[in-house]
Amino acid sequence: MITSAFDYLRATSVDDALAKLSAADGGKLLAGGHSLVPLMKLRMSEPAVLIDIARIPGLSGIRESQGAIEIGAATTHHQVATSQVLAAACPMVCEMAADIGDPQVRNRGTIGGSLAHADPAADYPAVMLALEADIQLRSARGPRTVKASEFFQGMFTVDLAPDEMIVSVRFTPVKATSYAKLHQRASHFAIVGVAAALQVESGSISAARVGVTGAGPHATRLRTVEDTLVGKAANAETASSAAAEATLTDLNSDIHASEDYRRAMIPVFTRRAIEGALARARS
Amino acid sequence: MPATPVLPKLVGERVKRREDPRLIQGRGTFVDDVKIVGMQHIAFKRADIAHGRIVSIDTSAAETMDGVEAVFTGAAIAQQLGPMPIGTPFPSPPHYAVAIDMVRYAGEPVAVVVAADRYIARDAADAIIVTYETLPAVVDPELAMTGKPTVIHPDFPNNLAVALVPSGTGVSADGKTIDDSAVDRAFAEADVVISQRMFNQRLVPNAMETRGVVAHFEPGKGTMTIWSSTQNPHILRSMIAAMTGLGQDQVRAIAPDVGGGFGAKINIYPEEYVAATVSKRLGLPVKWIEDRSEAFVATTHGRDIIGYVDLAAKRDGKVLGLKLKLIADIGAYNMLLTAAIPTLTMLMANATYDIPAIRTTLTEVFTNKTPTDAYRGAGRPEATYFVERAMDMLARELGMDPAEVRRRNFIPSDRFPYQTQMGAVYDSGDYEKALDAALQKCGWEALKKERDAARAQGRLVGLGLAMYVEVCGIGPSASLPTGGWEHSQVTIERDGRISATTGASPHGQGNETTFAQMLADQFGVPMDHITILHGDTAIVKQGIGTFGSRSQAVGGTALHMAGGKVKTKMAKFAAALLEAHEDDIVFENGTISVKGAPARGKAFSEIAAFAYVPVPLPQGLEPGLSDEAFFEPTNNTYPFGCHISMLEIDRETGEPTLLKLVAVDDAGNLINPTIVDGQIHGGLAQGIGQAMIEEAVYNEDGQLLTGSFMDYAIPRAIDFPRFELLSTVTPTPVNPLGAKGVGEAGTLGSTPCIVSAAVDALSEFGVKHIDMMLRPEKLWRIINGGQA
Repeated sequence: MITSAFDYLRATSVDDALAKLSAADGGKLLAGGHSLVPLMKLRMSEPAVLIDIARIPGLSGIRESQGAIEIGAATTHHQVATSQVLAAACPMVCEMAADIGDPQVRNRGTIGGSLAHADPAADYPAVMLALEADIQLRSARGPRTVKASEFFQGMFTVDLAPDEMIVSVRFTPVKATSYAKLHQRASHFAIVGVAAALQVESGSISAARVGVTGAGPHATRLRTVEDTLVGKAANAETASSAAAEATLTDLNSDIHASEDYRRAMIPVFTRRAIEGALARARS
Repeated sequence: MPATPVLPKLVGERVKRREDPRLIQGRGTFVDDVKIVGMQHIAFKRADIAHGRIVSIDTSAAETMDGVEAVFTGAAIAQQLGPMPIGTPFPSPPHYAVAIDMVRYAGEPVAVVVAADRYIARDAADAIIVTYETLPAVVDPELAMTGKPTVIHPDFPNNLAVALVPSGTGVSADGKTIDDSAVDRAFAEADVVISQRMFNQRLVPNAMETRGVVAHFEPGKGTMTIWSSTQNPHILRSMIAAMTGLGQDQVRAIAPDVGGGFGAKINIYPEEYVAATVSKRLGLPVKWIEDRSEAFVATTHGRDIIGYVDLAAKRDGKVLGLKLKLIADIGAYNMLLTAAIPTLTMLMANATYDIPAIRTTLTEVFTNKTPTDAYRGAGRPEATYFVERAMDMLARELGMDPAEVRRRNFIPSDRFPYQTQMGAVYDSGDYEKALDAALQKCGWEALKKERDAARAQGRLVGLGLAMYVEVCGIGPSASLPTGGWEHSQVTIERDGRISATTGASPHGQGNETTFAQMLADQFGVPMDHITILHGDTAIVKQGIGTFGSRSQAVGGTALHMAGGKVKTKMAKFAAALLEAHEDDIVFENGTISVKGAPARGKAFSEIAAFAYVPVPLPQGLEPGLSDEAFFEPTNNTYPFGCHISMLEIDRETGEPTLLKLVAVDDAGNLINPTIVDGQIHGGLAQGIGQAMIEEAVYNEDGQLLTGSFMDYAIPRAIDFPRFELLSTVTPTPVNPLGAKGVGEAGTLGSTPCIVSAAVDALSEFGVKHIDMMLRPEKLWRIINGGQA
């Protein structure tokens, strides 16, 4: 649990961070450090330079403007979990963040770090998918926005160039949302985690997005489920029948859960997420 | 004389732990806090394969790194350090602290780096290149017993570390004659026979503080001081002295604050011997602090024992006989107590029952895994689990209430001391009282109705009940190669304060509090006038250590006896000064006075001062107030209890949730019920952890797949309901305190009562037994028609 030697730099602004990142050979951005530092302690990651972005002014915080919510990349899980703005407008995000890891992780870990790291079992990606969030990136070349559904590309692989950093996520809040998760009892990561965001109008579902994490190599949308939901009555029957469509072709398997079990759990947690979202639509 | 406040009696009261303020504020002193000028740091290069021949070790790159003081291979260490001794009377293969030509588990040390700081040491260890000829690994003990695919130690065919002769009914004391007729008759006469293979899985102890050692050999004096995160500094001192060629008078062992041990810090480890050896060789102080990744593979594991259980009974529930065939996977080597732990599983096979005929056999098997040794409960939770699960299966088979089937088989309370079939003599017990207390506390009949109502709604809810008895307060010297006593010295200082040493070495047990409570009552002084000293062999003259729930029963008694001797002497000084008879001297409220004449008294501190400047010296007395006592009990103690749980399993996911846990524990007389509750809570957490979420998993190559907290679950507060505790009190006659010990109790009843609740919850699927841990997928498969 001793890292290799590395240099440590603290960035004072996003531009400064990007300049330091470009200048460094083998540099990594450090925010909460709760994914990166354990890997460094195991010497599975040996960056030559760490560029600390956790204290860049303005990079953390939750802002609401023009009907959208923007969460700064350096915002901790705890800040998200306890945000009044999110609790009122998009409760699923708080619910998910409050259940990440443990208090130490929630007090240090950040949304940007989680999304950039893209652990296949992380909670954030499913929720960002269900909200079809814009992942807002910056590099010396300028800003770039990637839709969540295009951001997660593979296990620990995202659409983020080596010279880019996440600065924020931005999404239109949805009230009728819910996140349902089967916990891996050691890490509290998701064996299967499903986020559902619904639009309900006059008793029927007018729009639906469902994201799943943990089950496959990367978080992904359950499009068949979404298609099945749209236009149906907002009730338990719909939740069940749509959830029954939930499946992935490429499934993870480990000591905590086999492929079979994950396959069986996807519809269960999909249904629970939809039911949760429907309950919020009624409230 | 000024009026003094009345001091309350403290023994039996819920006094807050005195240790906690320093520990929870980060003001403790642990091994890693020890810093010595010139101190070097050790890192170990460890085997990354589970079994193989060392072909070559290239240390050249490491040796030339800046800041590297020395690099030692196993062969270099072996020049000064012979194979490590064990503390059990079983044959054992040579075990070198650092492997010389073979590695037998992933994590075994293969080289040692000594460097100016931890970081350089770790980099240098990484720079050592070891090439191996990889050999097949074996991780399944039942496969290993066939000698396939590999034999780990050439002198132990079929990997059999210990193949014990049968024990129990009809086996003579010397083990030479075995009469099976009683056991055979029991099974022939049975209406019902329960047969089940059960697995008590491997666990990783995971103390909050990992291990660590500082060794400081001073060439000028020829003495060694060794700080270690250990449960037993006196045993450490003896072993380090023996292995480094020093006398016990030349070695001082110090266990500073120790952040938990759970049995895994009884063993004297390769790293401790190596640190001492290297310090002596280099003439420099050295430090090694285990990191968490190392702790998972380099600190002994617990449990890992298979039990083939056969239980013979009449249809009325009366048990006639028990057969218990045990196969213990002890990993790659025998450590200090490794081989003895499963013998405790045999010893406790009688459980709380009057079973007329018992046959046990025990086989201990080497595999390519981290060695096992004591882990909280150490052999007794395993016995409890096997027997209690079998009793539960019997109840289910007979359609009988699990409480009733137990009641019909209890050793009656008027039969104590009770000689078991396994050779133990249970000191005292009232099992029916504990059962009734638990049934009443949980509202058993109402709980059953609640369960049935939940089931009527389609929920999978189950109840589990388990009795336990364990062997604690270890014990007479016949039961320990170190001797089975404890030591204490009590000194009344010149200012009237009291310092007392104990050979018990608390690492979370709270003896600084409980022992001070006892002395406060004994001398009638405030508790904050008392300091309890422990964990330093230069201060605590003799001791054995803390394990086997023995500190209070054995160490507490030694303290009480030493205190009694000093008190007697102090009464003589007081009698002289107060012109009274010593039998009439009363100690209370910080004063020493004459019975019936409280005005004729002096402050406790005045008598203390007089004892050190006794003018005139009373006839027949030496100056001073300090005395010591060794206490060796005539027998172990046998605490017991009853645990009841209610558990719900999610029908869709298989996830189990513990809804309720009621624990009734009888540890004899209690010194501090809050500390007892704390011990029960901790034990329950580890027992529930084993039942529900903890398991060390190896792959076929002998790699530990659960080598970090990402994959090995440590129970958290959110994993538990609010524990409901109750004590019954059945004092032991084997020590004057009547205290039995409680450190391990929580791990005993919890595992079977939770697994039985899970089986009950899934009864509609016809399942009879589920092996721990209660992995959701396993339960989901049962629900979906598969087997556990």
